[in-house]
Amino acid sequence: MKFRKERLDRGIKARCEDIFALSSYREILYLLLPRVLPVVLLLVFPLLKDIVGLYWEKVLVITCAIALLSLSWDWMASVGLISLGQALFFGVGAYVTGSLNYAFKWSPLLTIPLGTLGGALICTLLLIPVLRLRGVYFAIVTLTLPLLLMRFIETTKILGGTEGLSALTPLPNLWVELYIPVFALLLCLFGFRRLISEDYGLVLQGIRDNDRAVMSGAINIYWFKTEAVFLAALVGSFPGAFMTHYYQFVGMPAFALDYSILPLTASVLGGVGTFAGPTIGAFILVPLSEVLRAFGTLRVVFYSAILIICIVGLPEGVFHFIRRKYHQFERMVEVG
Amino acid sequence: MLSSILIYGLINSVILALTAIGFSLTFGISGVANFAYGGFYILSGFLVWMLLHYLKFPFLLAIVVTVGAVGLLGFITYWVILSRVRGIALSEVIATFALGVGILELFRYLGFVTYEFTLPYLKKGTIFLAGVPIDYQRLFIIGIGLALVLFLYFFTHHTRIGLSFRGIAQNERTAISLGIRSDRTAALSLAFGCAMGALAAILILPLGIISINTGYEVLLIAVAVGIVGGLESVSGILIASLILGYTQVFTGTYLKPEWMMVVYLAAIVLVLTIKPSGLFGKFKELEERV
Repeated sequence: MKFRKERLDRGIKARCEDIFALSSYREILYLLLPRVLPVVLLLVFPLLKDIVGLYWEKVLVITCAIALLSLSWDWMASVGLISLGQALFFGVGAYVTGSLNYAFKWSPLLTIPLGTLGGALICTLLLIPVLRLRGVYFAIVTLTLPLLLMRFIETTKILGGTEGLSALTPLPNLWVELYIPVFALLLCLFGFRRLISEDYGLVLQGIRDNDRAVMSGAINIYWFKTEAVFLAALVGSFPGAFMTHYYQFVGMPAFALDYSILPLTASVLGGVGTFAGPTIGAFILVPLSEVLRAFGTLRVVFYSAILIICIVGLPEGVFHFIRRKYHQFERMVEVG
Repeated sequence: MLSSILIYGLINSVILALTAIGFSLTFGISGVANFAYGGFYILSGFLVWMLLHYLKFPFLLAIVVTVGAVGLLGFITYWVILSRVRGIALSEVIATFALGVGILELFRYLGFVTYEFTLPYLKKGTIFLAGVPIDYQRLFIIGIGLALVLFLYFFTHHTRIGLSFRGIAQNERTAISLGIRSDRTAALSLAFGCAMGALAAILILPLGIISINTGYEVLLIAVAVGIVGGLESVSGILIASLILGYTQVFTGTYLKPEWMMVVYLAAIVLVLTIKPSGLFGKFKELEERV
């Protein structure tokens, strides 16, 4: 007797999916819970700082920063632009903010938005010449850009050289430190999920799937790609700008490999193309890496191992797995 | 002054070509991604060092063992990692990139970062050429580097294996229908590329210390040479190395040495905007890049 696994949608999913006449609290909960629960958890977590301790609150800030970088990675990936150098966005955003604050002593209220915007503009201008490339070739160039910028700063000794710029203005208080990244993360997560299902997002996905077909629809794909990269760079530069004031320091570590490989690993672990996946990935990886802090640089080896295992063995990602379990049930049926 | 620029420009160019050759063979000519190249490059340096210092091998034997071992490692890498994601170009890139980073950072963690890690010269001593002092090591680099480029040309144009390398890159299905075993060819290509990278590392690394960051730089050089020359062309490697090498030496002499690294980026961007297929690339222009 042979069996095979069969997957069927749960009844509640079928009822809630298309017909929006929800008839019970259970159905409302079924729809709302996966969306509201993470939001509530994220908003409540900073309030619990006396229970969980300040250390884990700081981990939350770093996690949000990495999650934003992962979202930015996933956004670029939905246009078919694979980046191996998210550190570019982070580093440029950080340096613009840092140097503005260092040179003019402007308050973080001004430098963080300016740094985000300026960083995004600079990154977009750097990437425009290579936007005509697809896939692998684009990936190669993004891989080299942060390395080159790091080397450039090291050798020309501009912007503080190897020493970096220190003694920058700190953020006003703890609540700002904790809530700004959380709000930014929620805004980007739900904003991106909304945008990708609008007409605009469909064009972007079309460019990923078949750019020549989109071109034949008289759409300028390079302009769309430029816009998409600008958006991704905004989301990627913001954590850079924020962390600069958070650490009160900006230096060459802003272009470190960690900021390239962590978002990449988080996205692949969580599930590419869903925005929720990369966020989940970041919330798994970053706390894990804090636990493993004692291992120092071995952590990068560890990320690489996870990355290889996920790419080769689990290309689906955590989010797709959870979603499947939530919406469907499995049973064994007889074959033949 | 001029003769020194000419000679050191040539040396620099051949070093670039030698660095890029293994990567070009794998990625450029047979279309198999090997972004662990920098990792394998540094791995071979440390492997020779460990064979010399821990096991007291004679230098020549250590070289042969290392080149063989790294080649074998490339072969294994293909079957363990790459064969499972073959055809999904980006997964290939990400997986091999992660492998390279893993190797490099593992060495950093194990403490291979101090100044004691140097490889010996093949032959010590200096001669004067047109009034410019050159040590034998650099002469070896020029000789072996040029010989390797020539070898690569004949290998990929006149041997069965070399032709099948190009075959699977140009059109894999047609290659299969002509009896080329695609997986085995790709694995061999990775092995050859890694072995060539190991050889390059053993020749070039004695000029300085073995430092982890060189691993990332090597990848950058390989990519720059590949893009400027056109990925699938052997003569492109040589010409691109000459252009980049001389430009670097000129910038180093007449501007500032700091700007030498910028040459790569400027060259990549310039070539991509003017002629995206590279100076000597013939095809792939429409299919993959623009």
